[in-house]
Amino acid sequence: MEVSWDIFLLIAGCSVVTILPRVVPLVLLSRIALPEPLLRWLSHIPIAVMAALVGQELIQMDGGFQLSDHLDLAAGILTFAVALKTRNLLWTVVMGCVFAMVLRLLVNG
Amino acid sequence: MHKEEFIRGVKDCVPTLLGYLSIGFAAGIIEKTAGLSIMEIGLLSILVYAGSAQFIFAGMVSTGGSLVGIITTVFFINLRHLLMSAALSPYFRQLSSVKNAMIGVLLTDETFGVASSEVARSGRLNNSWMQGLNLTAYFNWIAANLAGAYLGVWITDPEKFGLDFALPAMFIGLLVLQIMHRKKYVLDVVVGLTAILVGVVCGFFISKSVGVIAATIVAASVGTVIERWR
Repeated sequence: MEVSWDIFLLIAGCSVVTILPRVVPLVLLSRIALPEPLLRWLSHIPIAVMAALVGQELIQMDGGFQLSDHLDLAAGILTFAVALKTRNLLWTVVMGCVFAMVLRLLVNG
Repeated sequence: MHKEEFIRGVKDCVPTLLGYLSIGFAAGIIEKTAGLSIMEIGLLSILVYAGSAQFIFAGMVSTGGSLVGIITTVFFINLRHLLMSAALSPYFRQLSSVKNAMIGVLLTDETFGVASSEVARSGRLNNSWMQGLNLTAYFNWIAANLAGAYLGVWITDPEKFGLDFALPAMFIGLLVLQIMHRKKYVLDVVVGLTAILVGVVCGFFISKSVGVIAATIVAASVGTVIERWR
């Protein structure tokens, strides 16, 4: 139940460098009226950043051509269909986990 | 603080809880295995509060990384929040700097995703709603890390139940909901596909965290140019 001095310093340093990118734009940019093109650019960030995160999570560039190399992508496509159909976030999450579990059981045994 | 809005924020956080729980649980296990004490794991999730950064932290601590090396890596891994924080800023112009800082300090990929869905749906964000969302996610994360540290010895394989898929599934759901609400189908699909392409290729050849930032900048620029053209 103790905290070593080295680890504490490390956590404190990591805390500072994760807080700054989170806080500085909100504090500074919310004080000024941003020009219209920049607002448009910012409005595309949610789709862009989430698509990039999902893509990296699901797509394996070094896999082969068997289904077993791309199970997450297959589960992702099925999950996408559920999201389109239900338009409900909780259902999408639950069914996504079910697809991942069943595909892994079926293909990897 | 507006009570009803706060509670609505708490409720809107519910679909993200499973994803946070499974990732936080896994993080707790890895942090414990890296030799961190329960107190240190608690501090880490309270003060750093970032999934991927905490995984790397635990990995680098167990392999004996240097102080500067670990802090620099964590900085680059979480640098994408710079773009998310900037993207939310137009919706909190009426708030004081202190309130903006309180929103920013608890910003994560997941709460950003839920907040931008709210923007796509209603065109605005409410401070109390955002606090309800942020605080629910925060406490769930700390609890999940501690649970992983305590119980990890018994539950070894969360992947077997597909629980690790809760996070990508949630982002897929958030993406679909936002594209449906925004009704700019072609534009959003082009932006999304560009981001996937750049993110995957850059992630493969350089690093995943550089890939996300490069993908976001390129895809948002492509979207802006297309909008100008039409």
